[in-house]
Amino acid sequence: MPLSIPEVKRVAWLARIEITDVEAAATQGHLNGIFKLIEQMQSVDTAGIAPMAHGQDVVQRLREDRVTEADQHALFQSIAPQVEDGLYLVPKVIE
Amino acid sequence: MFNSTLKQLSGLLAQKKLSSVELTQSYLERIGRLDPALNAFVTIDAAKSLVQARAADAQIAAGKAQPLTGIPVAHKDIFCAKGWRTTCGSKMLANFVSPYDAHVVERLNAAGAVLLGKTNMDEFAMGSSTETCYFGPVKNPWDHARVPGGSSGGSAAAVAARLAPAAIGTDTGGSIRQPAALTGICGLKPTYGVVSRYGMIAFASSLDQGGPMAKSAEDLALMLNAMAGFDARDSTSLERPPEDYTARIGLPLQGLRIGVPKEYFGEGLAGDVAAAVEGALAQFEKLGARRVAISLPNSGLSVPAYYVIAPAEASSNLSRFDGVRYGYRAPEYADLADMYRKSRAQGFGAEVKRRILIGTYVLSHGYYDAYYLKAQKIRRLIAQDFAEAYRQCDLILGPTAPSVAFALGAKAADPVQMYLIDIYTVAANLAGLPAMSIPCGFGEGGMPVGLQLAGNYFAEALMLQAAHQYQLATDWHLRQPPGTE
Repeated sequence: MPLSIPEVKRVAWLARIEITDVEAAATQGHLNGIFKLIEQMQSVDTAGIAPMAHGQDVVQRLREDRVTEADQHALFQSIAPQVEDGLYLVPKVIE
Repeated sequence: MFNSTLKQLSGLLAQKKLSSVELTQSYLERIGRLDPALNAFVTIDAAKSLVQARAADAQIAAGKAQPLTGIPVAHKDIFCAKGWRTTCGSKMLANFVSPYDAHVVERLNAAGAVLLGKTNMDEFAMGSSTETCYFGPVKNPWDHARVPGGSSGGSAAAVAARLAPAAIGTDTGGSIRQPAALTGICGLKPTYGVVSRYGMIAFASSLDQGGPMAKSAEDLALMLNAMAGFDARDSTSLERPPEDYTARIGLPLQGLRIGVPKEYFGEGLAGDVAAAVEGALAQFEKLGARRVAISLPNSGLSVPAYYVIAPAEASSNLSRFDGVRYGYRAPEYADLADMYRKSRAQGFGAEVKRRILIGTYVLSHGYYDAYYLKAQKIRRLIAQDFAEAYRQCDLILGPTAPSVAFALGAKAADPVQMYLIDIYTVAANLAGLPAMSIPCGFGEGGMPVGLQLAGNYFAEALMLQAAHQYQLATDWHLRQPPGTE
């Protein structure tokens, strides 16, 4: 099912990726080629087949509820684009 | 020395004929001389490597050497290594210095290996040619006008050109095996869960698996011994007793049942690759193996299902790159949402954005059942095909890639053509099965051909045994690219 330009732009908006009109047009062509490939999935009947999320169908392990991590706040913030007083700075979201 | 096996290097180090510092310096010198033409490495930090080499020499002097002590190993730049710039081939992480070690890196450090440098790769491991990297494409050492395969193309080119005795890579849809095939080296993707994903920058978490790349099956086994192991920090890591992957490599192959899937030898397979693989099958029969015709009826659906599942998981995993805590932030923006959109638009390359968009779309409201759920059901059909096949055979052999390495730029404009290169490799990822590639001859233009050996869950030792026995009888794995002698 071919994607329209407005659909491409909507998906880019959902993905939080800025897209220009020129990029949207090129992307539309590529995505529609890829979806044509993906559509081959519809050729097989999967009624009654259980979806498989993991090769081994293992169950998620639980761990004890205790502190295991040391505080590495300063180390982790040393690579942040912008920090102040131990806080990550982002543009103001509340007036 | 540059053609030595890991065992031979370890012997030279043990006998004090060579120190790890000398060995590391020799490789660094060689990288300095040969890598400018290949672009296999993104980051070299001689001072850091030599600190590890000196520590390894001290361990050897103290009689505490392990099999990899003092051996330089190249790391795909997807593995976080503390204090090392770890870029994942992306502008997004071009200045990211990792504050911690991946589990695989911890294990290699504990094994005494020396981190020789970080290798180039397709951006976020999304590619089959190592052309989507922010730091420029990697060249195939056999022909600099061709691609080395991808996404672990830097690691593959480094081993092929003898710029590293061994390397580590990751394989989400063939990213270890396909570049190994295209550069004439060996590479192994373990059973999903055998190698921890902790600290391996995530692409598609239910498919990603780290593994070794080296010149021979025996070297792969030694590397895997160091890399594999349970890690509580990866929720999908499997708790199993430690296994010695070298344990059975010396055993003969009498009675081994080799499954040959008819679907892997049909339309789309180049004649030169088919001929080399046929030659390898004949060699295995000479070694006592028995050929069994099998069928993997749903294998044609593996690429379509993969290109739903992998982008879906990638779109979720890569949402963490928002310009807030680390990574690229756009210089100018109007508000928070604009900062996200511009940082991601400028920080990611075209292929990564394409996959995030596919993933976002297939997971969006109204499409989930038609795409993601459908793909997860096909994934089970593919796993069932293998389960059925392994009732009739012990290993499955076939081509790793449909052709030898292609020219740089030849498929870059058409994503679908690029995706179809992974036709023989993605099924193992979808099923979570182990698979490897070893050299088995040469094709068009004198380029190497890879043979894929795939096994049932946890069959790595058997695969390595078969590969090692083949390599005792053949010398394809000893050939090296012209100009690298």
